[in-house]
Amino acid sequence: MQEWILSLPLILISGFAIIAMLLIVFIGRRNAPIMYLSLFALITTALSSLYTLSIPNEIIKSSVNPDSIFANMLIYGNYSAFFDIIFCLAGVLTILASQNYLHQEEYEHKEYYVLILYAVAGMMFISHSNNLLMLFIGIETMSITFYILAGYFRFEERSVESSLKYFLLGAFATGFLVYGIALLYGATGTLDLSLINSKVIQGDIHYTYLIIGLGLLFIGLAFKVAAFPFHMWAPDVYEGAPTPITGFMSTAGKAAALVAFIIIAKNVIDINSIYPEIAIGSSTLTMIVAFLAGATMLLGNIVALVQKSVKRMLAYSSIAHAGYLLMGIVANNPRGWAGIAFYATVYLFMQIGAFVIIGIIEKKSFKYLNLSDYSGLSKTKPALAALMALFMFSLAGIPPMAGFFGKYYLFVAAIEAGYLWLTIIAVISSIISMYFYIGLIIYMYFNEPADDRPQINVGLSSITLVISSLGILFFGIFPHLLIDFASKLF
Amino acid sequence: MLIDVPQEYYLILSAMMFVIGSVGVLTRRNAIIIFMSIEIMLNSVNLTFVSFAAFMGDTAGQIFVFFVMAVAAAEAAVGLAIVLALFRNKKTIYVDEVSLMKW
Repeated sequence: MQEWILSLPLILISGFAIIAMLLIVFIGRRNAPIMYLSLFALITTALSSLYTLSIPNEIIKSSVNPDSIFANMLIYGNYSAFFDIIFCLAGVLTILASQNYLHQEEYEHKEYYVLILYAVAGMMFISHSNNLLMLFIGIETMSITFYILAGYFRFEERSVESSLKYFLLGAFATGFLVYGIALLYGATGTLDLSLINSKVIQGDIHYTYLIIGLGLLFIGLAFKVAAFPFHMWAPDVYEGAPTPITGFMSTAGKAAALVAFIIIAKNVIDINSIYPEIAIGSSTLTMIVAFLAGATMLLGNIVALVQKSVKRMLAYSSIAHAGYLLMGIVANNPRGWAGIAFYATVYLFMQIGAFVIIGIIEKKSFKYLNLSDYSGLSKTKPALAALMALFMFSLAGIPPMAGFFGKYYLFVAAIEAGYLWLTIIAVISSIISMYFYIGLIIYMYFNEPADDRPQINVGLSSITLVISSLGILFFGIFPHLLIDFASKLF
Repeated sequence: MLIDVPQEYYLILSAMMFVIGSVGVLTRRNAIIIFMSIEIMLNSVNLTFVSFAAFMGDTAGQIFVFFVMAVAAAEAAVGLAIVLALFRNKKTIYVDEVSLMKW
């Protein structure tokens, strides 16, 4: 098979992003054409990824070799195609929810949709990377786009502040990330991840550079997933960014950073190595990641308890969810990675759904974001309140919502890898998290509504809400469909 | 010649530059100086890459440097635009005066 057919998703998304940006010049004042073009681009990309997912592994392996057009820098099919579809889905849900939101904020510009395309392109390059160079380019394409999107309301102080914080800390993290890549390159003499993997197995590496490099690389990636102690940018950025973008960053962006984590951990970490230095270094690093995961979920959930603003509360809860997802990295085996793939998918539905509802209720300039603004929502807008309750139950991990099974698979993977204490911390912290998720539901169902509630428009966001609630229910009732599929990917 | 100096010297120099850059990021309060410190960090990484590439006789590291430079340029374009937007809104570029959101 020709390699360009396999790389069609990447070609499509990059091509469409560039074409859409150039078209802005010719299209005049209307925003809708660019929006529909972006939706079309994301859907065709997802379909072509679905096609590459159906190609058998042997054919993919035989068609990729060092002399091929992309010089072995990309991998195709399997988990990369699966995550492509997740990223495209996140883009579609975000764009559908954005139009109405931007309209009510009186801030709709065509560039917004194109930037989402660029962010998705960056994420897809991360999941396809077989080379540290591609990984770096993908992470940077995604991050730089997020800096712009976070500061999209450029006349709002909060938005610009969040963008500045994200930019300074993100660029700082990039420094650690590339320094780690440089030392990994020095330790192994190559940037190709499959070659690095075989050199680690043979023990043909410079041990000190490898461990320091991996440590720095993990610091950089921990910044991108917002894990403790590198989480401090996340609440501010998530609060100040436009609400649909917050949903997009905290789901697809987090999933992309975790894919980078998976790729590194899969190829470089080897706790069963016959070389004692590699085994000790790897198990120490895994232990550190386990501690960080435990601290991340406790901190995120405990600080979320005292928040007054729903948006900020969910920002802290998204830090906690990064902790749960890191458990799959701690397990570092196909079950753990499949757990991450499952949880990233269902987390996408519930988190984007919740943020879309926040965006619907929010009014211009960051008003109506507080918990008290949700009181009595079940009486004025019963459908919205029911959906929000569904998303909250799923985030809290109550069966039969999909969020429960996502946590379950990650916890099982961590127990099997011998991290029972981490699972106990995870269970305790998800019990803590019940308090504020259920608290919001109590506000919506058992408090009296305020009188001066402004008009609420739903628009195209209703499609996002329908897709995400159906996704949660479907994968909650039939979780084995997705987890069986995901475990074959790695 | 590059190779006449032992490789450790290059690595120590770049590690020192990296630490100077990180300390600059953590202690300075002016957004533009913080950004300059980040650039020092990225340049120290470039030095590491070039020295490894030279001593291993491999070009991949030198090519990576071009990409780091390109990314740094893209980051500078976006970052300075953000600082400009901040100055238009708040008339300051000192990060400790930018604190609408905390806890």
